[in-house]
Amino acid sequence: MLGKRTNDELLHDHNHDGIDRRGFLKCMAWAGTGVFCVIRGGVLRSYSMSRLAEMDPKEMAGELSFAQISDSHMGFNKAANPDVAGTLKIAVDKINGMAVEPEFLLHTGDISHLSKPEEFDSVEQILKSAKPKDVFYVPGEHDVLNDDGKQFLERFAKGSKGAGWYSFDKKGVHFIGLVNVMNLKAGGLGTLGHDQLEWLEDDVKHLKHSTPIVVFAHIPLWSVYPEWGWGTEDSSQALSYLKKFGSVTVLNGHIHQTMQKVEGNVTFHTAASTAFPQPQPGKADSPGPMKVPAEQLKSLLGITDVNFVRGKQALGVVDSTLE
Amino acid sequence: MSVAVFIAVAILGIGGWGAGAKGFGAAMQQKTDAPEVKIDNFSFGPSTLTVSVGTTVTWTNRDDIPHTVVSSDDPKAFKSKVLDTDEKFSFKFDKAGTYPYFCSIHPKMTAKVIVQ
Repeated sequence: MLGKRTNDELLHDHNHDGIDRRGFLKCMAWAGTGVFCVIRGGVLRSYSMSRLAEMDPKEMAGELSFAQISDSHMGFNKAANPDVAGTLKIAVDKINGMAVEPEFLLHTGDISHLSKPEEFDSVEQILKSAKPKDVFYVPGEHDVLNDDGKQFLERFAKGSKGAGWYSFDKKGVHFIGLVNVMNLKAGGLGTLGHDQLEWLEDDVKHLKHSTPIVVFAHIPLWSVYPEWGWGTEDSSQALSYLKKFGSVTVLNGHIHQTMQKVEGNVTFHTAASTAFPQPQPGKADSPGPMKVPAEQLKSLLGITDVNFVRGKQALGVVDSTLE
Repeated sequence: MSVAVFIAVAILGIGGWGAGAKGFGAAMQQKTDAPEVKIDNFSFGPSTLTVSVGTTVTWTNRDDIPHTVVSSDDPKAFKSKVLDTDEKFSFKFDKAGTYPYFCSIHPKMTAKVIVQ
């Protein structure tokens, strides 16, 4: 089933819609080989030469499995997707159909489209039917309109610091939720701010270097495309506090497409939206909702599955589209 | 007689120039007394709007994504609520000056109003 190798890519070409319906082809990132695998539109791409095998779901269950969803934009109803509730439900079905049930979900923001209470209600309601009962949220810029993020804080980040940043541990993996959508300045990018950076430095200070770290925040923490605001101006300072760790995975949203970058011990990854796609950097005049033929929409929306296996350095991050 | 005609024409000509100059200034502003800024495609159009003191400017969001109109100054001279598609925001500029502003949701969107 594996396709031919071309340069540094392994191509796995499905004939139909590109996704193996009996399960998801999993690709684990293994220490040493530094393989980072992503499925997009049926093409499996790896970033270095490595062996790739179709894995038995039980084998890849690993020790910790969770899923990331992002940019549900509940309340959006324009041409790019008149039914964002419907596509979010499909995303939940995908999660519920996974061979290995995720233990919890991360939502990397833009939960709502206009920060309206009924929009937040709707998302919470839909996610209730997901098998994983715990959902950890960070806000997107659409979640903190009109009220400086008070609603978001009350609903999703009680007990957090500042504008809603926090950390928690699961099976020895340290998760850090950051907020980079508050106090945005004219002409600026995402921003973490002094208080949050101080908190972060302190939060990780006493952790062992072998602790795997997962950071999740809405706007990408690397410079994807500054012209469209796709970056965070003070993320390098945040990342400097994480230099000592052997495995750092950064999960973001905001750009409504999957993208990844590996830089030393840090793997950056953005998730697709469950609501509507956006153009690739520079491929359109602006980063607005991208209209595609109705039959293509679900292939440009998706979820992300993340697996951690103790002993392996990097986490395995796999994207799946909704169709 | 011809000299007089010539002088009259010359004077008229100068007057015409004067009127022309005023007309050029007026063309820089909107034709009506209610200038508009259209928000579309993640940009404010026009990006620089010049109006006279006491003018009310109205922003209309024609984009398929919400935007805001927020003064970049501190303290903020004006701040709209979130504008969804087709929603409007108006502000009356009572003091001369340059008012840079941006969309607080998409801060790369910047523009300014010059009030003279």
